[in-house]
Amino acid sequence: MDILVCVRRVPDTSENEIKLNAEGNDIERDELVYSVNEPDNYAVEEALQIRDRVGGTVTVVTVGGEEDEEVLRRELAMGANQAALISDDAFSASDGRGIATILKSFVQKGHYDLILTGVQADDGASQIGGMLAAMLDYPFASLVNSITVEGGKLRISREVEGGNREINEIELPCVLSIQTGINEPRYVGMRGIRQVASVPIPTLRTTDIGVDHSAVGERAAKVKRIDYFVPTLGNAAEMLKGSREENAERVLELIGAKGGLK
Amino acid sequence: MPRIFTYIQHRGGVVDDSAAELLTAAKKIDPNTVPTAILTGCVVDLEVACSAVRSLYSEIWRVSHEALIYPNAEVVRHALSAILPRNSILLVPHDHFGIDLSPGLSVKLDSAFVPDVLAIDRMEGESISLVRQEFGGQVSVHVRCDVSTGAVINIRPGAFKADQSTATSGVIVDKSSEVGVLTARRRYVETIVAEAGDVDITKHNVLVSIGRGIQEKDNVAIAEELASVLGAAVSCSRPVVDAKWMEKSRQVGSSGKTVKPKVYLACGISGAFQHLAGLKGNPFVIAINKNPKAPIFQVADVGIVDDVLEFLPELTQKVRESRGIAA
Repeated sequence: MDILVCVRRVPDTSENEIKLNAEGNDIERDELVYSVNEPDNYAVEEALQIRDRVGGTVTVVTVGGEEDEEVLRRELAMGANQAALISDDAFSASDGRGIATILKSFVQKGHYDLILTGVQADDGASQIGGMLAAMLDYPFASLVNSITVEGGKLRISREVEGGNREINEIELPCVLSIQTGINEPRYVGMRGIRQVASVPIPTLRTTDIGVDHSAVGERAAKVKRIDYFVPTLGNAAEMLKGSREENAERVLELIGAKGGLK
Repeated sequence: MPRIFTYIQHRGGVVDDSAAELLTAAKKIDPNTVPTAILTGCVVDLEVACSAVRSLYSEIWRVSHEALIYPNAEVVRHALSAILPRNSILLVPHDHFGIDLSPGLSVKLDSAFVPDVLAIDRMEGESISLVRQEFGGQVSVHVRCDVSTGAVINIRPGAFKADQSTATSGVIVDKSSEVGVLTARRRYVETIVAEAGDVDITKHNVLVSIGRGIQEKDNVAIAEELASVLGAAVSCSRPVVDAKWMEKSRQVGSSGKTVKPKVYLACGISGAFQHLAGLKGNPFVIAINKNPKAPIFQVADVGIVDDVLEFLPELTQKVRESRGIAA
């Protein structure tokens, strides 16, 4: 089975305190720790496990800039057979539809039985996989948390409410968005990354994949970010500013006052 | 002004809470709108659900087909793209079904798509300004959506208050004959109900709930120790289950359990909306997190910026002292 995994390099929200820049039109990106989008990493691991069970290849692809090559190299170190970086100034400020259009052109240049994405990236949108499937006229399933290959079909489970699992059969070729926790992604160390340092990663431009310029980039985007701001969801918490011991003391009182002590 | 539609989910004849929330969202786009509700399904359940939304919506489109008996997004997408007028706006709840349905539907309709919307400003000209969140809820962003060729907008469950007005006499219009042949290359097989697990976190008054901040499996014991002296249970957020540090049955959230404790200690939990969706009954939330920008502090009653690995043992010690338990 030939599998394509679409990945993205994102700021690691577990490692970073995200702040706004002075203009309020983006987050402060200096000094952020970047890594591969976590659900994408599960998607790559799943692709590798399927390939190792039934044979085939795993290709990883990203739409971005030169700096994004590091996540492709990381996925090569995990065991992907090949990687491609799709990068062109014409793609900048594309919305989700634009990114899916670029990926569609790339997919049509090759042959893939199965296309995986992570369930969502740093923008929390969960949109690329479903759009890509619709453009290719492939069946789609989101929030997938297990995959079994059964002949020319897949038996998959989707994570639905309450931790229930919705079992589906889906025909190939198809697009699936992968939920975190589906597997245990293998560890990649610096040594592994060094071993694939010389593997060539082609950079593809618009002309290489034959994408229609009018369908991508800022001018084609129907959805545009205007400004960022710090959210105020509820009535912000009363922050305890005492010493650790004083804070613990206060928390204990509060648990008692709220009827939590039996 | 484009026509506004809402997609209404229902199960066993019971209409989802989002039906009234989507109505509120529709009125944010256009206060004068009279949105149309669309329900898909089959036989008795669909009839009951359509009747139930008559008190909210003045027009209801019913699509009855045996292929729609289970809400398979692949089939529903076909039906909706067949019946929706061009350039209309469709509102859908941003849950496991809306995530499955909407991105592809927007492509089929050649409309814009905006996922996981928390707030909507009025429509101006042919664009709508909406509020979303990025980076795990750490920042919000205004986005502008060009709706000149229509839009599919996914609305975060619970973000809009339920509409309280009543239409009482909604007209049901049958659209079943317009959907054509419904086939899909994805077939629903069955739903496997989550296992109960060893501890029932839905039955506890106090939950010591741990997130990514617990850092490694061995540290779960720190939370277990506090829970044991408090007579509480340990629950967790999704990353802890993904890492296989705790069983799925301990997870609080939209894809885990819904809990109603009196006191909820959120320890190293960032506070993603999928997690908060599992927290009901207005518990007293005490949040401990190293990151002062963690979204959990926006919804907690009391917050402490600290490392849970240091703070929890201190709290355990205080509980022991107060109860005269030897360490």
